[in-house]
Amino acid sequence: MGREHLLGIEGMPAERIKLILDTAESFKEVLERPIRKVPTLRGVSVANLFFEPSTRTRVSFELAEKRLSAELVNVSAASSSVLKGETLKDTARNIEAMKVDIVVIRHSAPGAPHFLARCLESSVINAGDGAHEHPTQALLDLLTLRERFGELKGLRVVIVGDITYSRVARSNIWGLKRMGASVALCGPPTLMPLRVEGMGVEVYHNLDQALQGADVIYVLRLQLERQKEGLLPSLREYTNQWGITAQRLTKLKQKFIIMHPGPLNRGIEITPEVADGPYSVILDQVTNGVAVRMAILYLLSGGKVEG
Amino acid sequence: MDRKILDGGDIKRILVRMAHEVIEVNRGAKDVVVIGIRTRGVYLAQRLAKIMEEIEGVQIPVGSLDINLYRDDFQTRAEQPVVGRTEIPFDVLEKIVILVDDVLFSGRTVRAALDEIIDFGRPKAIQLAVLVDRGHRELPIRADYIGKRLSTSRHQEVIVKVREEDGVDEVILSEGVEA
Repeated sequence: MGREHLLGIEGMPAERIKLILDTAESFKEVLERPIRKVPTLRGVSVANLFFEPSTRTRVSFELAEKRLSAELVNVSAASSSVLKGETLKDTARNIEAMKVDIVVIRHSAPGAPHFLARCLESSVINAGDGAHEHPTQALLDLLTLRERFGELKGLRVVIVGDITYSRVARSNIWGLKRMGASVALCGPPTLMPLRVEGMGVEVYHNLDQALQGADVIYVLRLQLERQKEGLLPSLREYTNQWGITAQRLTKLKQKFIIMHPGPLNRGIEITPEVADGPYSVILDQVTNGVAVRMAILYLLSGGKVEG
Repeated sequence: MDRKILDGGDIKRILVRMAHEVIEVNRGAKDVVVIGIRTRGVYLAQRLAKIMEEIEGVQIPVGSLDINLYRDDFQTRAEQPVVGRTEIPFDVLEKIVILVDDVLFSGRTVRAALDEIIDFGRPKAIQLAVLVDRGHRELPIRADYIGKRLSTSRHQEVIVKVREEDGVDEVILSEGVEA
């Protein structure tokens, strides 16, 4: 039996997702204790390899590791020998030669974590691979939703924005569908993947229509580079058509919540009054991120000895 | 062959006796809090606290402890145990904590529980109450209040059932599997 990994949500059974969320709920209590730390992962070493910029995810993983008493090392592309031309495999194998049990990797190339999982003995956790998957983000979103609504089954979730380049969208679609929620996507045609309906989602190109009856409005971050690539006429037009504004929300009759994976482009995909408004659970998502990552580290750290 | 060691009536009488012992030793129930170890220790803790409340006419806070994050064997286990919630909705500082578990065996669970409680604050004292002490300690730990002492061999199993979880109150000594 080899090591377990967390590479993506695609194909993850519903029972596994439920176990991770249940475990994360128990870990949330740990975060409220006077000493927010438990000795569980003493002696376990974790390497955080961040080949792409990240604040939230990196800090969240780091805190999760520290609160479980794991030892950790951080490697970022800017300060490592990656700049000297070392390959991903060599970097990873060298870190492993220093006896690391779990490798957390963020990389711009889709499949980079899967590649590592094949060539390393350690457990690998995908912290975002290109436009492919961001499984820990989806799990923390599912936890936030489950807390708010009690269950995921039957929820209507509308994901708004740049779907094509969004690993957050992809992981969330798989996770939400697996847990019985319905998912609608809405965004500019240039940022909507072809044949995405094959994932079992509805596609809208009119935001007001899409938002009808939504329990959850999941706003994606607009990568500002997309405009330079000619996929958007202007940021202003994006905001007019796809931006989540208070005026747009006043038209809705149902109760709903607003989610966003961060970092926010205030005034572009979401206005400040919405982001900071009463229906926003954006900061709950961040809090839940630490608990979910603790749960994953805990669950992956079993089975050191052949069992 | 399975042998019934205690029935519902026995367990009830033991808890009443223990409640009196706790109150006697601590000269009342002032500053006493009760914390049960998941799963069955929690139900026993709730019952013990309730009896003490009836005797002394004071409110006794009850908490529950999941010790899985404090285990010493997690690196050698094939699968991680499911982590339940720890709920200690009161301050343990300067309190007398009555720690309750169903069976005292190796003492490793109690060691984990002691470490976990102390991470919540510094109690005045921690006293251990167990329904069954079956011997075979691997650590220097002993109970302050014991329901029933049972001499067992290592391969035997002591099965505690409580009505809240199992529908019936009883303790069974099972022959288990010969090692």
